[in-house]
Amino acid sequence: MSATTSVPEKAPERPAAKPPRSRGDRLFSGAARAAGLTILAALAGVFIFLTIEGVPGLSQPTSTYAPNHDFLSYVGPLIYGTILAAVLALLLAVPFALGIALFISHYAPRRLAVPVAYVIDLLAAVPSVVFGLWGARSLATWLVPLHAWLYGHLSWLPFFAGPPSVTGRTIFTAGIVLAIMILPIITAISREVFAQTPRLDQEAALALGATRWEMVRMSVFPYARSGMVSAVMLGLGRALGETMAVAMVLSASPVVTLNLISNTNPATVASNIASSFAEATPAKLHVLIATGLVLFAFTFAVNFAARWVVGRNERRMAR
Amino acid sequence: MTTAGTSPDLSPDLAASMRLSRPRLPRWAPILVAVLSVAAAGLPTMLLGWSLFGWLALALVLFVALLPAWSLAVEGGRSAVDRLMTALIWSAFGVAVLPLVWLIWTVVSKGASVISVQFLTYSMYNVVGSGGGIYHALIGTLLVTAAAAVLSIPIGIFAAIYLVEYGKGTRLGRWITFLVDVMTGIPSIVAGLFALSLFVLLFGPQFRAGFGGSVALSLLMIPIVVRSTEEMLRLVPADLREASYALGVPKWRTITKVVLPTAIGGIITGVTLAIARVIGETAPLLVIAGKTDGTNFNLFNERMSTLPVYIYYSFTQPGIAPPGVSEPPGIARAWGAALVLIVIVMVLNLLARVIGKIFAPKKG
Repeated sequence: MSATTSVPEKAPERPAAKPPRSRGDRLFSGAARAAGLTILAALAGVFIFLTIEGVPGLSQPTSTYAPNHDFLSYVGPLIYGTILAAVLALLLAVPFALGIALFISHYAPRRLAVPVAYVIDLLAAVPSVVFGLWGARSLATWLVPLHAWLYGHLSWLPFFAGPPSVTGRTIFTAGIVLAIMILPIITAISREVFAQTPRLDQEAALALGATRWEMVRMSVFPYARSGMVSAVMLGLGRALGETMAVAMVLSASPVVTLNLISNTNPATVASNIASSFAEATPAKLHVLIATGLVLFAFTFAVNFAARWVVGRNERRMAR
Repeated sequence: MTTAGTSPDLSPDLAASMRLSRPRLPRWAPILVAVLSVAAAGLPTMLLGWSLFGWLALALVLFVALLPAWSLAVEGGRSAVDRLMTALIWSAFGVAVLPLVWLIWTVVSKGASVISVQFLTYSMYNVVGSGGGIYHALIGTLLVTAAAAVLSIPIGIFAAIYLVEYGKGTRLGRWITFLVDVMTGIPSIVAGLFALSLFVLLFGPQFRAGFGGSVALSLLMIPIVVRSTEEMLRLVPADLREASYALGVPKWRTITKVVLPTAIGGIITGVTLAIARVIGETAPLLVIAGKTDGTNFNLFNERMSTLPVYIYYSFTQPGIAPPGVSEPPGIARAWGAALVLIVIVMVLNLLARVIGKIFAPKKG
């Protein structure tokens, strides 16, 4: 009897809006929250552990940085090589990627569009080490005549000053392999943005007599501009961090040169870590980890900016 | 239009502009131009002895130039630009499919002759010169990837549950979503260096083990699992949840009994794709799992070879070619291992599609 009378007295203690939570509920939501926090902790851990192991790499004996003498002069050419390869890859990949994205979203007949999208996704699934093997053994040999042709006809440009490599394993070839590797991600993201263009905008343009290209230029591109920018930046992030393909294609040396087709090519940060890792002394290991930290900061900044642009765009569209 | 013709004060220009439609190229015009381009490109090909590729490239250039030119003459500038862009976009598609076909064809043709029972069941232990196989690397890849999956699937799925069911709209939820997106772009070698730094700090500078590779791979895998699971959970209709709450079912039972079973097909598909993505990762395993020639079944002790690392070392240290053979033995082994790796990745991709189809929620 006392239980029934105590119920109405107890009820006001709980806020009416919150339902009672069982122990199972608390445990489950705690586990879910813990998993989320684990992700944040992992990301912070990457920063912290790379810093702990990398900072000693900034001040090693000068012989560690051979053939250079301190950390900045060691990492400088590598950063230059990374940016050069990534920019080359972007220049080659972006027109094709946007073309394919448009093809899938607006040009191809539906029966063709779905398999094409699937094939491009498969391209993303090919492991990078296979790309590297193919690039170094097949593509490079096949590109040797192109190197010779570029040298013969365009050697007045600093990019093709030569003398052309006879193996084809140059930063030019590496850039092409990288371009093929970043093509799928740029295509996938821009395809989605293109497909989201409001149907009415497109039909209005066509109804006013626009050709299909004018419709794309006047209604699809303005709508998709920020999406395209972030797709390109995500591709850039991928190209900056790609390791194996570059490490396998390039025969690298620490130089800063605009020459794309000669035997002396700058290494990238990531490929340098992979190729000098096996023979590294503990001191050199710290240096390599420090360059890895630089790479991480670099790609993190690029990805952060890209995602921020996407997020801002989504919020604008939601309004 | 008889008035336009008879009236004396109407100039021919004005008459032309009063027509309601401009002349158009016939429907078969692109086909005609394509045939003509291929034929025209064939002439220098035969005379100068070019390859098939040179022929097709020249034909493509001719097509992209001729069709808009004809269109410009008949249809006017705007249509010509439209036809030019259409031709360019179609050729972008053609050119981009080329490397994939070429790559698969190269790997299959060079790798198929290497694959044999011996290649799949022997390790590289005590092998000098030709012979040997990928058994140790296969075991390593399977163990390392399985451990990575065990680490990342629970964390990934629970984090997605948090994002969709608990943290929606909260500051923490927004931050996790954003940082997971940023994490998908972490270079794989950085993940490897992270695992290396972590284990070296914990166990001393000489530590190398397969489990370190699993930690590195799970750093790459978690964001993929979170993203795909999150999308699938968002697709579950809110009505289902509300019906369950209305019956007095607690939230966690609703999630485990209603939400997860509804989304399970998509979740398994996403997890399979994530495994396919990380099973081919090389750089982190190169750094932390290392390379051996023998078979190692212990994830927590000693170096462990994996398939991608095996390919890399077969390529960089191919051994010496026996007299009379042009290629060193390592290169052939690299192609064989690449074929096995591609087959594994493609099978996982197909599996993901099949699973998605089987578990897809029934409609109607």
